[in-house]
Amino acid sequence: MKFSTKNLSEKLIPWLVPIMLLVGWQLLSVVGIIPSRILPAPTQVFQAAIDLSSTGELMDHVSISLGRALIGFLIGGVIGFAFGLFNGIFRFAELFFDTSIQMLRNIPHLALIPLVILWFGIDETSKIFLVALGVMFPVYINTYHGIKSVDKGLIEMGKAYGLKGKALFFHVILPGAMSSILVGVRFSLGVMWLTLIVAETISAHSGIGYMAMNAREFMQMDVIVLSIVLYALFGKLSDVIAKLFERKLLRWNGS
Amino acid sequence: MKEKEPKFHIETKHIEKNYPGRSVLKDINLSIKKGEFVAIVGKSGCGKSTLLRLLAGLETPSKGQLIMDQRPLAELNSEARMMFQDGRLLPWKKVIDNVSLGLTKEGKARAKKALQLVGLEDRIADWPAKLSGGQKQRVALARALVHEPSLLLLDEPLGALDALTRLEMQALIEDLWQQKKFTAILVTHDVEEAVAIADRVIVIENGYISLNQSIDLPRPRQRTSTPFSMYLDQILDRIMGRTQQKKITLLRSYPNTTKV
Repeated sequence: MKFSTKNLSEKLIPWLVPIMLLVGWQLLSVVGIIPSRILPAPTQVFQAAIDLSSTGELMDHVSISLGRALIGFLIGGVIGFAFGLFNGIFRFAELFFDTSIQMLRNIPHLALIPLVILWFGIDETSKIFLVALGVMFPVYINTYHGIKSVDKGLIEMGKAYGLKGKALFFHVILPGAMSSILVGVRFSLGVMWLTLIVAETISAHSGIGYMAMNAREFMQMDVIVLSIVLYALFGKLSDVIAKLFERKLLRWNGS
Repeated sequence: MKEKEPKFHIETKHIEKNYPGRSVLKDINLSIKKGEFVAIVGKSGCGKSTLLRLLAGLETPSKGQLIMDQRPLAELNSEARMMFQDGRLLPWKKVIDNVSLGLTKEGKARAKKALQLVGLEDRIADWPAKLSGGQKQRVALARALVHEPSLLLLDEPLGALDALTRLEMQALIEDLWQQKKFTAILVTHDVEEAVAIADRVIVIENGYISLNQSIDLPRPRQRTSTPFSMYLDQILDRIMGRTQQKKITLLRSYPNTTKV
């Protein structure tokens, strides 16, 4: 009994600070200490969300942004993962590619925005390209290092027990690299949102970032704040999903 | 004992192993009969583990030839299974999946039987992280035995265990060896362990075999018996380069000096 109340309070405590902030923000807005043209009250933001949802506009922007994030993440993640695997496993691939990738990695991908706009315009391609580019490197680095740092003793054991090729990879090397790979995935989810926000804010005609920039022109403070809140929620959501994967794939590591 | 059987299970002929800048094994000649239990002892760094890795086919000799069942051993020794000092269980596989590693689907049943042999059938669904050191080594032993190898290579498998667990494991290994009749080669730095379970103790020194001593004692062996301590003394003397006189005083003042 005691145990379950402890569990419940452990689940609630992390939400105390956000709730208190919201309540405080609402109170300060109501008494007028925070003027609504600086920052709208939480209830106003909520109202904006309801209004925009009723027209279907909000769903459109959200689904477009989510789609871009997901496609970009998949493309970049798969490319980074594949290069990480090959360079981690095959010495020749490492010699051939690693130096080039390390050089490219150090260019801030957001610096390419002007170039990307000239190449792809402000359509979907440019956003997906930027997200994929940003996501690729953290996944690459962590996959590569994960594979490189698999316990050599375990690989030798696997070989001594007759594992080779595919079996050795799936039973020993990949699981050994998994925790590092998931760190890369988690990190790249952050990069994914960041890239998308910047790209959509600078140049777009749809998506959450566009919604915020559009609202700025009409001084719709509530919509701007709503966009920011949406990004925060999606960021938290992707973190929760990443944690779920970690818990599932790294069960052996816990306790 | 087995004079009528002239064939050797495994032979090393003028084996040498060099690494850049140092030579570890020089001219190792060894013939081991089928079903024999051989212990290899020596100071750390003498090359005893290297010899075992050569026999497993994990490394190739710089010179000389390894003969397994009358055939030269060219690559990985498929007849042999190795047990490592650190167990090397895959932490991401449950006990049963560690044991059935490299087996086909029906391997699960065999793995279960192997775990019964080592007395761990109730831990099949546990992660290795939840086991004690001795239990991990039992799982590693089950994993080696499930393949029914004709040659079991033991690379200081008990080195990291506490004294009581070690005694238990020695008895278990001896017992399973008598049941399964495989050839066993045990590398150890514990001379008492070697004398207690091996048919023959081999001392490696400076890359050469400096002693090749059969242990003619009935099993199970009484570690406190006089012939036992005589074998022990003789081998320790060889390793430590002690004279007879010195040894007696040494053993009197440090009665527990069995580890080298």
